[in-house]
Amino acid sequence: MSRVTLLALQILVAIVCIVLWQLLSTVPIFGKILLPPFFFSNPVDVFEQIVKWFWSGVIWKHLWITLVESILAFVIGSLGGVLVGFWFARQPLVAAVFDPYVKMVNALPRVVLAPIFALWLGLGIWSKVALGVTLVFFIVFFNVYQGVKEVSRTVLDNGRMLGMSEGQLMRHVYWPSALSWMFSSLHTSVGFAVVGAVVGEYLGSAAGLGYLIQQAEGVFDVAGVFAGMFVLSAFVILIDFGVTLVERRLLVWRPTVDGRG
Amino acid sequence: MTTPTAVALEDAKVAFRLGDGRVYTAVEQAHLSVGQGEFVAIVGPTGCGKSTLLNVAAGLLKPAAGSVKIFDRPLAGLNRDAGYLFQADALFPWKTALDNVAIGLEIRGTPRAEALPRAQKWLTSVGLGAFANRYPHMLSGGQRKRVALAQVLIRDPKILLMDEPFGPLDAQTRQVMGNLLLDLWNADRKAVLFVTHDLEEAIALADRVVIMSAGPSSRIIGDWRVQLARPRDIFEVRLDKEFHALHREIWGVLKDEVMKGYAQSTQAAEAV
Repeated sequence: MSRVTLLALQILVAIVCIVLWQLLSTVPIFGKILLPPFFFSNPVDVFEQIVKWFWSGVIWKHLWITLVESILAFVIGSLGGVLVGFWFARQPLVAAVFDPYVKMVNALPRVVLAPIFALWLGLGIWSKVALGVTLVFFIVFFNVYQGVKEVSRTVLDNGRMLGMSEGQLMRHVYWPSALSWMFSSLHTSVGFAVVGAVVGEYLGSAAGLGYLIQQAEGVFDVAGVFAGMFVLSAFVILIDFGVTLVERRLLVWRPTVDGRG
Repeated sequence: MTTPTAVALEDAKVAFRLGDGRVYTAVEQAHLSVGQGEFVAIVGPTGCGKSTLLNVAAGLLKPAAGSVKIFDRPLAGLNRDAGYLFQADALFPWKTALDNVAIGLEIRGTPRAEALPRAQKWLTSVGLGAFANRYPHMLSGGQRKRVALAQVLIRDPKILLMDEPFGPLDAQTRQVMGNLLLDLWNADRKAVLFVTHDLEEAIALADRVVIMSAGPSSRIIGDWRVQLARPRDIFEVRLDKEFHALHREIWGVLKDEVMKGYAQSTQAAEAV
């Protein structure tokens, strides 16, 4: 299938959904409106709300806050994940001792931590960053840990036979291997950084996309809730696109899925 | 006083402790020496421990008994005089062909600016001058072996250890690689210990062919000198009458071991 046809079909899906939504929420069928506007709003209103946000410029501040929170959560969580992942992988005893605790914390639904973070760090951006960090950290940590542990035995032996010291093995073998594992989970970890930020905002804040959605919900402004959701989706897609670009640059050495680069 | 022997295994025994606590003896009382400038091939049936023996010479494995001497000095730790060519892909997948070759020098502290042109020269001499910027996954199996060969040779090791290096390649590529190896080896005649299961390859390349019995507890059961003239061409040498005579002679011994090894491996499979 050509790119153009594919794109046309993808757009068609959106159009069909939006038209159906508009019809079912405004035109009565057998004397009944299937999607009551109070609960479902309608595309025109939602679109109007989005335009209003961008026209007046209020949305930029919220987008900016959410972006900053996501980036901070991603950077701090990744840094911690890489360091601890490396440490655990190189020190099996430490890993064994901490294993049950790591599993325990990871099993905890992170949302329940939000109130504690809000209590400790206030309603500013840091409580959201902290929530994002707890999500990102574990993804990066597990991947780096795996990456260091599963370095090919042959490649390692080859490094040794070429005369690498422990430090050089670290730099030329363990580190690139761990990084490649970390980058393979880049989409997931960036996505979780955004989730952490938005959920944190939703549960208590004064700015951000989550706050915007929560505010609209508080006054039963369904159009506002949907508008917030759409802006959020577009925001995530843009970030994901950015990640794809970074990934392509950094993982040139990796075979693509179809086996040919 | 003669020149020192490059690699000398004296009564080397290699054993592994199995998961259930039993001890598996892979190689028993191996006695093997490789002189300076000598090309020795070890041939044996699958699972006879020939790679194990090579790892002992490399210092990657410690013998349970016996001694390993490198240039008449007992080997402690890794064998720093040896370059090792692995059977599986051992290139660093995140480095380009050029960086993969240059790394051997960079580890030693050679500045990058100096290492890169030398690496490029080595890539050219293994016929990959135009592929310097490719990553390993963009190269064919044969090309990767060429890079691996350059990676090892750029460090100019005194001893070359090769573990079925051309095993994963197709028959033609294998012969081409064999000729390339002989050409490069002819330039400075390093001591080579070459492990293979292919008797023809062994005779065509080596000065001496050593045969091992089927494992476990395999031992060296034969040692033949190959008198074919050098420099050799692998394609030509296989048509030589002498080659055929030697092949028949060694195969007479090897065949029984191959059958034994085969029988054991199928029995083991059935037991599982």
